[in-house]
Amino acid sequence: MSSNYLDIIRPGINTTFQDKGRDHLYHIGIPFSGAMDNRNYLIANKLVNNNLDSAVIEFAYQGPHIKYSGEKINFAITGDVIFSIKKKDTEIEGKCYESYQIENGDEINIISTNKSVYGYLALGGKFDLKFQWNSYSINTKANIGSNDGKKLDLGQRINLKKINSNKDIKKTNYINTKIENIRVIKGTNFDYFSEEGKKIFYEKEFTVSKLSDRMGMRLEGPKIENIVNTNIKSEGLIKGVIQVPADGNPIIMLSDHGTIGGYPKIGVVASVDYDRLVQMSPGSKIKFKEINLSDAETLFKLYEMETQNLLSQI
Amino acid sequence: MIKNISNLGDAALYCDFGNEVNKSINSQVIKYFKTIKEKKFEGINNLTPSYNKLIISFDLKKTNFKEVKNYIENINAQDSKDINSKKLEIPVCCHENFSMDIKRLEEILKLSREKILENFLNKEYFCYMTGFIAGMPFLGDLDENMRAQRLETPRVKVPKGSVALTEQFANIYTFESPGGWNILGNTPLDVFDSSKEDKPNLINPGDTVIFKEITLDQYKNYNE
Repeated sequence: MSSNYLDIIRPGINTTFQDKGRDHLYHIGIPFSGAMDNRNYLIANKLVNNNLDSAVIEFAYQGPHIKYSGEKINFAITGDVIFSIKKKDTEIEGKCYESYQIENGDEINIISTNKSVYGYLALGGKFDLKFQWNSYSINTKANIGSNDGKKLDLGQRINLKKINSNKDIKKTNYINTKIENIRVIKGTNFDYFSEEGKKIFYEKEFTVSKLSDRMGMRLEGPKIENIVNTNIKSEGLIKGVIQVPADGNPIIMLSDHGTIGGYPKIGVVASVDYDRLVQMSPGSKIKFKEINLSDAETLFKLYEMETQNLLSQI
Repeated sequence: MIKNISNLGDAALYCDFGNEVNKSINSQVIKYFKTIKEKKFEGINNLTPSYNKLIISFDLKKTNFKEVKNYIENINAQDSKDINSKKLEIPVCCHENFSMDIKRLEEILKLSREKILENFLNKEYFCYMTGFIAGMPFLGDLDENMRAQRLETPRVKVPKGSVALTEQFANIYTFESPGGWNILGNTPLDVFDSSKEDKPNLINPGDTVIFKEITLDQYKNYNE
């Protein structure tokens, strides 16, 4: 039995282990999974001196309350998250993007995310998890990955295999930036929609529905009219594809999406905006802005450079 | 052959083989899929073959649309010497415990239960693609007189192993999931087994499947 472990006092709403995701499995129906907000996932690992592809605990809305037992260890939380750290006689409010040291008996209580959906908890070390198809990520729909593919649950104990002997406290002053518009590239069925429908798509505001999860983000707002066909022959999907079913309400495919689908694709979210898109909570307003392929590629390169730069400063 | 290649967003290629759904177009898709998969081009991270499209997604940190497109255009899909397709027999129990939509099918198809089973069983179906949920095979083509629409309101939970029909296709629910296909029976086989890391899918695109009827007793004793 491991001497370093976490006990889950309260699991939170949607608490899973995630990492960089799974590749090469779409053809057998297994989506990418992985941390929804990749940048915040990487920063969390860097703050505790982990390898950047280590597994972290991802939570949405309400996070877990955990009790730690074992040797001194560092942890860090990223995202826009309210949490407290309880030591023997004191309880302090924690700050995101800063690592802390905890020891035997200390507790981390992640009360909620603030103006975002997902938050990340990284511990300096390695969780004792099942590695399936080159990833620790949990896919709760197909029960794939660590923890038998299930969300973390009340009373569970999670062992750590290895601990980083890192005593430094690290910080970054990174701020989650909001973006004005979500940039999209025209979808392969763009011309299925009426002129009015296309105009609505780019000019009107949509509201993120509370029926959104790791599979998809449902949007409400003006209906997008389809004049050609409300179904296509089922074909492959990728992250960021915006499908419009017959009811005219767009659905954006997120990291755990079904691998094939039969609704027309009006657009695809540019990779540069994906991390920030997934952090838009129910009720947020979304406006789409058209972008061409070459600008999307350039902006992604800049975003990636910015991420690397951020990581190198930690 | 690929009729047109376009971009699907900034991190995927959309290879269009035509609009019809038939074995000959789908075999082309599968041939490309298998060839590209074997070659392991750096940066390509996923291939999704479907009836008549192949979507190739890539890591934008390692490559880009132009590079992958150029690569695909110069591939000789005939290179794939071994398509390696299997013929599989799938046991299916059509006892009333499992055939939840048989009454509905009798009404829609205007055929008796016996005739429906006779039309469905012991025939070869081709696996066009797998997916939507992990391992779910899309099998075709059903006889003309066996084609029924989806349920108007999909079930919230379809039992694992359900063998179901809609339009020209049959499929198998690889695990419990929502779904709106007409359920005809159930197989005791694990069609998707995530513990088999190298081969989780029993049925793969290009394979041929024959459904063989088993009794309720055989079903119950199948995994013992």
